[in-house]
Amino acid sequence: MRLMKLAMATTAIMVLGTTAQAEISDGVVKIGVLNDRSGLYADLSGEGSVVAARMAVEDFGGDLKVEVLSADHQNKPDVGSSVARQWIDQDGVDVIVDVPTSSVALAVQQVTADTDTAFLNSGAATTALTNAQCAPTFVHWTYDTYALSVGTGKAVVEGGGDTWFFLTADYAFGHQLQADTAAVVEANGGTVVGSVNHPLSTTDFSSFLLQAQASGAKVIGLANAGGDTTNAIKQANSFGIVQSGQQLAALLGFITDVHALGLDVAQGLTLTTGFYWDRDDASREFAERFAEKMNGQKPTMVHAGVYSAVAHYLKAVAEIDDDGGKAAVDQMKTMPINDFFAADGKIRPDGRMVHDMYLVKVKTPDESKGPWDYYDILATIPGDEAFQPLDKSTCPLVTN
Amino acid sequence: MQELLGIPAPLLFGQLLIGLINGAFYALLSLGLAVIFGVLNVINFAHGALYMLGAFMAWLLLTYLGIGYWPALILSPLIVGAAGIVIERTMLSRLYELDHLYGLLFTFGLALIIEGTFINFYGVSGQPYAPPKMLTGGYNLGFMFLPTYRAWVIVASLLVCFGTWLLIERTRLGSYLRAAVERPDLVRAFGINVPLMMTLTYGFAVALAGFAGVLAAPIYTVSPIMGQNLIIVVFAIVVIGGLGSILGSIVTGLGIGLIEGLTRTFYPEASSTVIFVIMAIVLIIRPHGLFGRSRE
Repeated sequence: MRLMKLAMATTAIMVLGTTAQAEISDGVVKIGVLNDRSGLYADLSGEGSVVAARMAVEDFGGDLKVEVLSADHQNKPDVGSSVARQWIDQDGVDVIVDVPTSSVALAVQQVTADTDTAFLNSGAATTALTNAQCAPTFVHWTYDTYALSVGTGKAVVEGGGDTWFFLTADYAFGHQLQADTAAVVEANGGTVVGSVNHPLSTTDFSSFLLQAQASGAKVIGLANAGGDTTNAIKQANSFGIVQSGQQLAALLGFITDVHALGLDVAQGLTLTTGFYWDRDDASREFAERFAEKMNGQKPTMVHAGVYSAVAHYLKAVAEIDDDGGKAAVDQMKTMPINDFFAADGKIRPDGRMVHDMYLVKVKTPDESKGPWDYYDILATIPGDEAFQPLDKSTCPLVTN
Repeated sequence: MQELLGIPAPLLFGQLLIGLINGAFYALLSLGLAVIFGVLNVINFAHGALYMLGAFMAWLLLTYLGIGYWPALILSPLIVGAAGIVIERTMLSRLYELDHLYGLLFTFGLALIIEGTFINFYGVSGQPYAPPKMLTGGYNLGFMFLPTYRAWVIVASLLVCFGTWLLIERTRLGSYLRAAVERPDLVRAFGINVPLMMTLTYGFAVALAGFAGVLAAPIYTVSPIMGQNLIIVVFAIVVIGGLGSILGSIVTGLGIGLIEGLTRTFYPEASSTVIFVIMAIVLIIRPHGLFGRSRE
């Protein structure tokens, strides 16, 4: 009899335990913003992403209790995954946000998938996150290497730049971006004549630029990001590469990069971006509020994506009153996204958030009215064209 | 087209010349480190941060006071040198009696503080700094296009390196310095103010870092983290050349620049590692470096 009571009590506890899981764990939704806070990607993500996440929380209001944490992953996969693990195991973090640097994002993806924690990525670029490495707890929000290559690659080939040489950052992101862009170039009738891999955070690009120059390619594709891109562009300028008729294509450029280069050097570059602050009233309003908190700096697409992702996540969690990773992401997938970042955005089964991308051209110093007035929007690329078609995805969630 | 070692000759010459330019730059920075180690026995981890400070001073002078490149080339090293003198007098000089490790930890911490302060105010993306009008454009050498500014960098670096070597190895002042390193007590007995000499040496050596910073400003983006990657390479050069050896650091700086340039052509993925492989080999064969002497 006593045994029977014990068994019933245990069952009751287990039942209670499982019902307790389908609620907000610890009564608070903890958002961990994990990104580069001190290295070459700190301006395009960094503190700005934390500010954006906090703004989304403030704007959400509601009766959810929400906390925002932040940490530096130093662009190292081992650091990123151990912070993620500690956050989830010890600090009760429910969702990890941002995570630029593809190699770190892939490492964090494994941790969040194993622990049923939501992962909303804004900063990283590799399409591997929504293909072979996809997870039901994951959403890729802002951009990816495929979207960048479709925008810039196609536009440059159509403009006559049909032979390419790549300067590629030697890690997951660079290789993926080069591969995706090469596919677009070849599909549009262009050819790739060569490439060179450079280590991450290279200061002097002259040797690589000389090889690109000797290749005779019409276009030098920069498959890198942040400080690597700005250093390469600045030095290409001094080596007379553009003057001698070769064209630079920065495959991933953020508005902070343009700001660092100055318009004298950056003018005329064609870029693909998921967000430009001066596009409409809603985006300007967000940018104004963001700039007030960030010493006047306007948001990059990564910052805007973090805001949009966090806002949508909180709505979904409030709707189902559950902050489990898969449950929250499943709910997010059922709701359309309409805010200053995306119009009728939707999250596909493979975790790709589909929204319009923009092809922009950097203004000349004369055209610009002042700091941060940098882009002319040349074209809007509809979401369905910008991102890899779902039937091409190798994500097991889609193929099975 | 004529080929050497499997690549077109013009490309090879271009890579060698670029290697030499980077090498001249390395030499300038490692020289300052070598002088500080030789005279003060301090491993100056703040060198990269002070190099960054030099570049930032040039940018600040231009942005807020409208002072251009040429005055900045003099003013900025003076400011950095003065900062160095303050650091040496108020803090570093108290550590001479202690183990090397204290000086290293102190300068490392100092570098983090300086860089952190600048990141806080200016972010990491960097600031644009254009080369002076006189040095824009370039020469077509037939095998490559040489930007005028790069040519100026190699001339300026080599002149300053050679001048410093002359000063220390061939003048009376230099002989006092070298004597003070060996036997400070004896030199003091001759009525020479040794602590003052050490202060000025530190000030001069970090001014060299500031000078390199101004030279770098128009080539690289002026950013608070610009010294971080460079400082490790420069340390490796000082170790290869022999800690404290002035000639060693100049020759090794140039040599490493060349080897790095060639690696970028033949096996680019290894270009950031090759220096450390060489360092390991040199340390195994000659633990005191190529030009170093054993120090007790």
